[in-house]
Amino acid sequence: MTFTDLNRDQVKVLKVLIGTMVAIFILLQDLRAQEDEVYQDFKAELIGDFSWFWNDGLYNGQKNTYLSFAVKPEYIREWQDGKYAIRFAGFFRYDNRDYRRTHADIRELYWQVVMENAELSIGAKKVFWGVTESAHLVDIINQTDIVESFDREEKLGQPMAHFSYLTNFGTLDFFLLPYFRKQVSPGRKGRLRTPFILDGSSFDFESSAEEYRPDVAFRYSHYFGVFDVGISQFYGTGRDPIIANIDVFQPIYGVISQTGLDIQATTGPVLWKAEVIKRFNDLQDMLAFVGGFEYTFGNVGNSGIDIGLLAEYLYDDRGQLAISGLQNDLFVGSRLAFNDIQDTQILFGGILDMEHSTRLYSLEASRRIGESWGVEIESRIFSKVDQEEFLYLFREDSFLEFSLSKFF
Amino acid sequence: MKSLVVTLIAVFSAISIQAQSPEERGLEIAKEADAVDQGFESSSVSLTMVLKNKQGQETQRLLETKTLELTEDGDKSLIVFNSPKDVQGTATLTFTHKVGSDDQWLYLPALKRVKRISSSNKSGPFVGSEFAYEDLSSQEVEKYTYKFVEEGDVNGTAVFFVERFPVDPKSGYSKQLVAYNKDNYRLEKIDFYDRRGGHLKTLSYSGYELYLDKHWRASQFHMVNHQTGKETKLMFEDYAFKIGLEENDFSQNSLARAGR
Repeated sequence: MTFTDLNRDQVKVLKVLIGTMVAIFILLQDLRAQEDEVYQDFKAELIGDFSWFWNDGLYNGQKNTYLSFAVKPEYIREWQDGKYAIRFAGFFRYDNRDYRRTHADIRELYWQVVMENAELSIGAKKVFWGVTESAHLVDIINQTDIVESFDREEKLGQPMAHFSYLTNFGTLDFFLLPYFRKQVSPGRKGRLRTPFILDGSSFDFESSAEEYRPDVAFRYSHYFGVFDVGISQFYGTGRDPIIANIDVFQPIYGVISQTGLDIQATTGPVLWKAEVIKRFNDLQDMLAFVGGFEYTFGNVGNSGIDIGLLAEYLYDDRGQLAISGLQNDLFVGSRLAFNDIQDTQILFGGILDMEHSTRLYSLEASRRIGESWGVEIESRIFSKVDQEEFLYLFREDSFLEFSLSKFF
Repeated sequence: MKSLVVTLIAVFSAISIQAQSPEERGLEIAKEADAVDQGFESSSVSLTMVLKNKQGQETQRLLETKTLELTEDGDKSLIVFNSPKDVQGTATLTFTHKVGSDDQWLYLPALKRVKRISSSNKSGPFVGSEFAYEDLSSQEVEKYTYKFVEEGDVNGTAVFFVERFPVDPKSGYSKQLVAYNKDNYRLEKIDFYDRRGGHLKTLSYSGYELYLDKHWRASQFHMVNHQTGKETKLMFEDYAFKIGLEENDFSQNSLARAGR
């Protein structure tokens, strides 16, 4: 891979992160004299993926089979008994067909200091908020790595200063996010793409400062008996582009103010979960909700197997303009945990549209082999996708992916 | 005269012991065992879990545990996995309660996600081992009712045999037969009986060492499942006590940080 393979956004991010890395390195040298006991650990995961799309693609250049390799190195260094730490998590994927999917990222590279009731982190970091399984509405700090995950669970590293303060009435988290990262869409030969190729210039910014408009965010979280509650506020450039008019495809990264609430009640074998967001923007306001339950039958028939049943309702008041297509949908699924030595797990389910014929089925299964290998199978099946939904563009993109991992 | 008083006291105390029901005697022993171990404040230990299947094949897990002793309610504990590599950094935070379900959170390092999880599934196996979750959670006195059985011996060590019955109906056991060391109340052996009353498992403790002149800790737990023939050994190393941990060290932030 050469630098020219990276797109402009990645080059900028790399520059910022390399700068941070140098600063951290200098700081590290400075602190070296004081350090007593240093803990450090390096590990890596090597992954080989084979994807099969059994239907022919709708757009020029798309193929049926894809082979790719990924590497995820991680490094951690702690000193002064864990008071200070540096954490690094890198990512690189090579895809034999889609040059956009061949990409590198610094998922995390930050310096952290832990005080008695607080911690401060500076650098690129990943932060997760929320409780539900079928959608992650309140989770807004990191941009999604679109080419990496259809389920939107893979995230790009986000440069930030994060201050977390622990009080006896809950945790207060403050974020300053100085740089925005655009979504990277698949290239011409990639699947799960729109008919036209989206690149950095396809998206407008509402702010004239574009990526350099800083975002701020705040979250309060605590638990009260059976309840875990989070209240969050984000003000800045929204991670998802806004499409204000269905007839003109003109995605724009708008400046939004988003308030989020996530709540879980853990009552015996049932977990009750809900997330709701209210987003304000000059072009488009929105309200979205996801909520439901997960019931686990533990150790069924003394087999050691746990069977979980999940159901969640999804609502988005943008209707047709919701890119996710989850405007009035029901998710039902099941999670099987075998609790065996190989840690075998299966999650399958379907998202059923309540207004349209659209069905989206999914399967994720994984298990360990020996001590340091793992296999994973993932499948998404698009069925009877309604023409009015954005998902209609992906209607031929049902796939089965097989992954083999080696851990070092 | 003095000897008469001593005799009388001895007689009365003998009568009072006689008057004690097996249930009272059992509870007294459990409380005494709990009391003699109080005062460690906080502790940490590394452990190796060796799982052995019927064919004798072995696999290993490495874990680290930190515990905060609390007297008004149950202890708080943090468990971190160091191996196998694919789950390295996965960690659990548990707030034990003397009465009612424990509060438990799980940290998933790949997603950076902290999840509150149900603690009602007590009888299920812990990471494929022969230990159920309830075998490894903090053993609070209030979690059982007791019945003294007899004095006896385990491998030549004088013990009290006490039956204990889980209060929680979701426990996988109908009863446990616990052998307490007569001298210092440390556990020597537990026999577990399943819901149908069948002999399910035996847990033997060995390699005891005394820490801070007060706290006995076994360096090995050996669990044998009589119904499947599978075994799990827990080997403990680097015990440390009074290490200055506080409530702050058992927060969701520390759970995520522990996942290194």
